[in-house]
Amino acid sequence: MSKTIGVIIFPGSNCDHDAYHALKHVMGAETRFLWHKDNDLDGIDLLVIPGGFSYGDYLRSGAIARFSPIMQEVINYAAEGRPVMGICNGFQILLESGLLPGAMLHNEKLRFICKNVFIRVENNQTIFTGGLERGEVLEIPVSHGEGNYFIDQDGLKRLQDNERIIFRYCNSSGEVTAESNFNGSVDAIAGICNNGGNILGMMPHPERAVEELLGPTDGKKLFEAVLNQLAIA
Amino acid sequence: MYKAKVNITLRKSILDPKGKAAHHALQNLGLNEIDQVRIGKLIELDINADSKKNALELADIACSKLLANEVMEDYHIEIEKV
Repeated sequence: MSKTIGVIIFPGSNCDHDAYHALKHVMGAETRFLWHKDNDLDGIDLLVIPGGFSYGDYLRSGAIARFSPIMQEVINYAAEGRPVMGICNGFQILLESGLLPGAMLHNEKLRFICKNVFIRVENNQTIFTGGLERGEVLEIPVSHGEGNYFIDQDGLKRLQDNERIIFRYCNSSGEVTAESNFNGSVDAIAGICNNGGNILGMMPHPERAVEELLGPTDGKKLFEAVLNQLAIA
Repeated sequence: MYKAKVNITLRKSILDPKGKAAHHALQNLGLNEIDQVRIGKLIELDINADSKKNALELADIACSKLLANEVMEDYHIEIEKV
């Protein structure tokens, strides 16, 4: 049976159409938009919370979106163990909702950073990364001002002990260096998942890396992995 | 009516790059006596409550549920009758 992906639109989302295009037209998956006031997630097999500046990033990135009507449904949906993928602002919303631990600070050097970076797959035993290699390096763009992931030492240890760190920033050879951790994130974290393994948050934008015309296409590898895992789930 | 002034600052353990940049500029101004700068935000709430205690309670709920993110921020509330 074909799987349906839902892409949530908040006021101020701006990667919603990119995510829709990548999933529907490039990956060929059944995809539809969900409005932030919707409260029906029936028939959705994977939820994508896209990037952007929901509610203008007022107060803190993702802080207001957390109280959109659909978020209560997202919380229930995630509690059933169904997959939720937050990209960039979507990751920030998941943090503000308490669905993932930690918070986002301004990038260490205060600049908004928009460039292609390398991330290393730290855990391939998840429904998002199964099929990728552990240690595999993906080139995927980032575009954020507040992507400096913060969590306290105890929280970091829990992430490490439970293998919840999914992606870390690295160089093209897969080495995590001070330079490759361009935004100052704790432990060079680029993406994490929850203990249940069904909620992924990541700062890089795989939906912007799916067509050769526009640069690297490693985002496709990630979406392929996700869609393959969904198909066998 | 009560007015709550909520001061939100990054937790002490967290580096504040904006404060650091401002501190650097203040040093360029020659104000070398200023040893550290931390930048936060001030939020004012006008609250309909029948007592100062209730106003404080409401402000505290507002802070812990939305206005501050306690993973990275501390908040301090001052209440005055207006």
